[in-house]
Amino acid sequence: MTGAFRTASGGRIDRSKPVAFTFDGQHLSGFSGDTLASALIANGIHLTGRSFKYHRPRGILSAGTDEPNALVGVGRDEAHYAPNLRATQVELYEGLKAESQNRWPSLKFDAGAVNDLASPLLPSGFYYKTFMWPAKAWTKFYEPKIRAMAGLGRAPEAPDADRYSQHYAHCDVLVVGSGPAGLAAALAAAASGVKVMLVDEQPEMGGSLLASRDASIDGKPAQQWLADALAELSAADNVTLMTRTTAFGYFPHNMIALAERVTEHVAVPDPELPRERLWQVRAKEVVLATGALERPLVFPDNDRPGVMLADSGRTYANRYGAKPGKRAVIFTACDAGYRSALDLAAAGVEIAAIADLRRNPAGELPAKALAAGIEVRPSTAVTGTSGRLRVSGAALTKMGEYDFGATQQIACDVLLMSGGFTPSVHLFSQSRGKLAFDPVLNCYVPGTSVERERSAGASRGLFELGAALEDGYAKGADAAKAAKGAKAPARAFAAQAPRLGTDGHIGATPHNRNPAFAKAFVDWQNDVTAKDIKLATREGFRSIEHIKRYTTTGMATDQGKTSNMNALGIVSDALKTPVPQIGLTTFRPPFTPTTFGIFAGAARGELFDPARQTAIHGWAAEQGAIFEDVGNWKRALYFPRGNEGMHEAVARECRAVRSAVGIFDASTLGKIEIVGPDAAEFMNRMYTNAWAKLEPGRLRYGVMLREDGFVMDDGVVGRMAPDRFHVTTTTGGAPRVLAHMEDYLQTEWPDLDVWLTSTTEQWSVIAVQGPLARQVLRPLLEGIDLSKEAMPHMSVREGTILGIPTRVFSVSFTGELGFEVNVPSEHGRKVWEAIYASGQKFGITPYGTETMHVLRAEKGYIIVGQETDGTATPDDVNLGWAVGKAKKDFVGKRALARASMSAPDRKQLVGLFTVEPQTVLEEGAQVVADPKAPVPVPMLGHVTSSYHSSVLGRSIALAVIKGGRGRIGQKLFVPMPDRVIEVEVTEPVFYDPKGERFDV
Amino acid sequence: MSEAARVSGPDLGHGHPYPGVSLAALAEGSKPSASASLKLLPATARLVFRGREAAIGPAGEAFGVALPREACRFNTNGTRSVLWLGPDEWILLAPGEGPAPLFAAIETATAGLPHALVDVSSRSVAFDLSGPKAGFVLNQGNPLDLSLDAFPVGMCTRTVFAKSEIVLRRTAPDSFVVDVWRSFAPYVWQLLEEARRGA
Repeated sequence: MTGAFRTASGGRIDRSKPVAFTFDGQHLSGFSGDTLASALIANGIHLTGRSFKYHRPRGILSAGTDEPNALVGVGRDEAHYAPNLRATQVELYEGLKAESQNRWPSLKFDAGAVNDLASPLLPSGFYYKTFMWPAKAWTKFYEPKIRAMAGLGRAPEAPDADRYSQHYAHCDVLVVGSGPAGLAAALAAAASGVKVMLVDEQPEMGGSLLASRDASIDGKPAQQWLADALAELSAADNVTLMTRTTAFGYFPHNMIALAERVTEHVAVPDPELPRERLWQVRAKEVVLATGALERPLVFPDNDRPGVMLADSGRTYANRYGAKPGKRAVIFTACDAGYRSALDLAAAGVEIAAIADLRRNPAGELPAKALAAGIEVRPSTAVTGTSGRLRVSGAALTKMGEYDFGATQQIACDVLLMSGGFTPSVHLFSQSRGKLAFDPVLNCYVPGTSVERERSAGASRGLFELGAALEDGYAKGADAAKAAKGAKAPARAFAAQAPRLGTDGHIGATPHNRNPAFAKAFVDWQNDVTAKDIKLATREGFRSIEHIKRYTTTGMATDQGKTSNMNALGIVSDALKTPVPQIGLTTFRPPFTPTTFGIFAGAARGELFDPARQTAIHGWAAEQGAIFEDVGNWKRALYFPRGNEGMHEAVARECRAVRSAVGIFDASTLGKIEIVGPDAAEFMNRMYTNAWAKLEPGRLRYGVMLREDGFVMDDGVVGRMAPDRFHVTTTTGGAPRVLAHMEDYLQTEWPDLDVWLTSTTEQWSVIAVQGPLARQVLRPLLEGIDLSKEAMPHMSVREGTILGIPTRVFSVSFTGELGFEVNVPSEHGRKVWEAIYASGQKFGITPYGTETMHVLRAEKGYIIVGQETDGTATPDDVNLGWAVGKAKKDFVGKRALARASMSAPDRKQLVGLFTVEPQTVLEEGAQVVADPKAPVPVPMLGHVTSSYHSSVLGRSIALAVIKGGRGRIGQKLFVPMPDRVIEVEVTEPVFYDPKGERFDV
Repeated sequence: MSEAARVSGPDLGHGHPYPGVSLAALAEGSKPSASASLKLLPATARLVFRGREAAIGPAGEAFGVALPREACRFNTNGTRSVLWLGPDEWILLAPGEGPAPLFAAIETATAGLPHALVDVSSRSVAFDLSGPKAGFVLNQGNPLDLSLDAFPVGMCTRTVFAKSEIVLRRTAPDSFVVDVWRSFAPYVWQLLEEARRGA
């Protein structure tokens, strides 16, 4: 069965290609070219959902993006399930599985519909009024229950199995919308020779022309003209045509976001193609030809399935060959309703009557309807409908000068309504363009532009075919000229189509029903009635922004596409205030709901963020290392053996370094090569230390301050030559330090002949630490004498290792004799493996960052960012010795001279011993003098680092404590949730305080 | 000497195994494609040259390729190229060569002239991306206009691919070279492979 409501012929569906699908498990059939909505209508089905709040039965209202009711869940399985899709935009494909939403147990019998009976208890703002007490019940009870009842679709539970991609593109002229105005604009821009993109959200280009029955352009039927125009555009190599592509966001500097649906409409998608693509298009000029949306009429019971927008009804008949019913009543305030009546009559639908709000409908289309024998009732309103799951009749009431006349019930199975058209100004408004109210059309049209764009055709209120074509061509030519100074040839369009006029209606229509019970819907998706909006005005709301939030009108996923102007009309009427004075709510992106996937793109799982690996990573991974994230780096945290946990592994690694030798990958250290005749002068200005006298071949520990005098970074610096320094920084600080230096160089000291080059990734850094380090390295090095005399602590030598050039630093971050072997990173692993092999007979032990942390803490070495927090001076962390007092200047020097920077009660770095030696303090824990002091207890400082030290057989901690150096020897307290830990303040160097182990 | 801040303390067990990704294995497994093929380029000598006006000419002469003075352009002579990266910054490329002799030659030619020469041969790796869809693939992570008018053959620039910095140059209408810091290379490679799907 392909549908009892199919027309005999016509439409853009392919009748040779039937397509089977299911809706709520029911097996149905449509044709290729159908949407889910048109296929349902062809099968006589209008009931597609239950409403948000009252669970009222709802049908298909529109034929496009503005659909508020027919929201469905679609997907072959949980991993491909998408909720809340508009059935009017879901293209039919073989095997499509769709289900209705917000109903239980079934669409036809929904338990939630009891809400409709209780509707007098659910006025606007009822959330705010009712669920006030007790406060806790809101999150625990009310909100979950309300959300479950007042729901849209369900979120899928399986991870999204689809792929999404993201693309950047550029063009001279971007045309949004391919109706008559957009096509004409694209033709003009294309003829100018500029680079054009024409995008349209529908599967086919053409917009309103796709539903045209009797219009003609240039002497051809409109649909033939459309085919020719598209052929012309496709043949031009300066034009890109994109269908199924929604321009959903207009961002600054003409950045337009497009969502392209690539495989959504295909039964068996190509696995190599993404489901959707995000396009970020930078367009020199934009033409917005986004068309207009038909306004519904707000009358009692206007939400029954079978009540539709008139032009949508016409679209189903003409474009999809699907008759929306057998017998129609039309309710209209403009001539468009007559066009629908005539087209539906031509498709074989009986037109029972046309109720026209106007007293004297006199246009070309009403005349045609009368001539066709259709019953036209002027000054007549629909004041109610009957039927339960589908409209079965309409109440037509004659309106007199001062009162209502007789009401007549007329049987029908579809009721079409038209209040006129509202220009789609969403993208214009998103671009921050200023809207202007058009009192003739009773709607807002684009006013002053902010971005380089212009609107064309119906999107600025030009609804007649000829005017839209002419305007579109002019705007396309204007855009091409503005983009590239290109000129379009003159072109005229001879369009013939019945005139629609400018009539229309906003606000509620008159009725004679009891206003306490009549439900005339303004916002279908959020279940807001005219009564709700009037109530809000009676409660004192004046601004449309407030009324919107109080009543929730226009706040659903359709962003008020059908409701905004009618809500304004009702408020205007209730407050006796002209529409422009009530304001207009803001249009926000996205124009239509957009998947999360498109924003994630490929940035999922492993590719979410770069996982930076050193050259030695593979070796460490093969050894079973456990890694930690340090910035974007993966660093080996420890190397467990057998069933070791972290504590056992770290204890073993620490012992190995202290008693024999360990090997550590320090490649992630930031490195900057500072070269030039003024290199030493530059170093003098950037660091607190004095550099002039540092001889080539020597190392120095450097401290860098920010301008405010606080420690920014530290690192060991090697002087390779009089004009060349090898600077190291913290792992996380490398880019920041380079930018800081480059900033000073470019803005403050451009006269200095010195240049900076990042060498972080040039070098693999292999730290060999421990009393046996020299024995391990000695056999491998060429051209470097490692002896104590030739290479003292804190020196650097160049030579080769395995024939590879190397810079060897004698440096220690462990307190033991140590070397850091720098080799070009492409050889890092090879050299590492050679050193590891050479160290085998000495028990060389690979260690990770955790052991490194423990060893340095035993020596009281700080970690910038752990012992410092951006408010520590060098003296606070016992680095006063590194500040060159005799130096004329350096970054931060002036700030250090402020009185508060040397106040005696500043927080100073000290050590802490727990009185109970096996207790390990928690990092970040607060330190107090008297835990029993009244709250708030004065805080003295906090624990910055805390470990178990295996070499000391007890816990150690570093802390910053107010006036800490003066408290050494005192007992202080660390209050924890379950107990108070007593600690003794100590010197911060716990192991080998004299530094005798460097030179073993 | 010191290290970046850690996120958590020793008792929280914040570590995880991470086998990692080998660029060589990725390159070996890459499927050829007529629309956009991806190749790992062999090792290259890379020298960063920065300096004052007087040193620019001699440096180019010693290298055998003049340093381009137009922004975002590169010069090529035989296998060697020089890329303009900034008003006083160039990168000198010599595929298949060792950096040491080049370094020495340029230092000799520019002795006494204010400049900085730094060997960064190992800092990055380079990929060739070629085929009619190369620009389409790159534009999935790079926001530049890669049309031939806007990004002609002979153009180079420091830019981004997704969350990584890269140096991009166009060597032929359908060929680009992506130079990326070594530790970011697997990330960029995998994203390029993802972008190549369906291209």
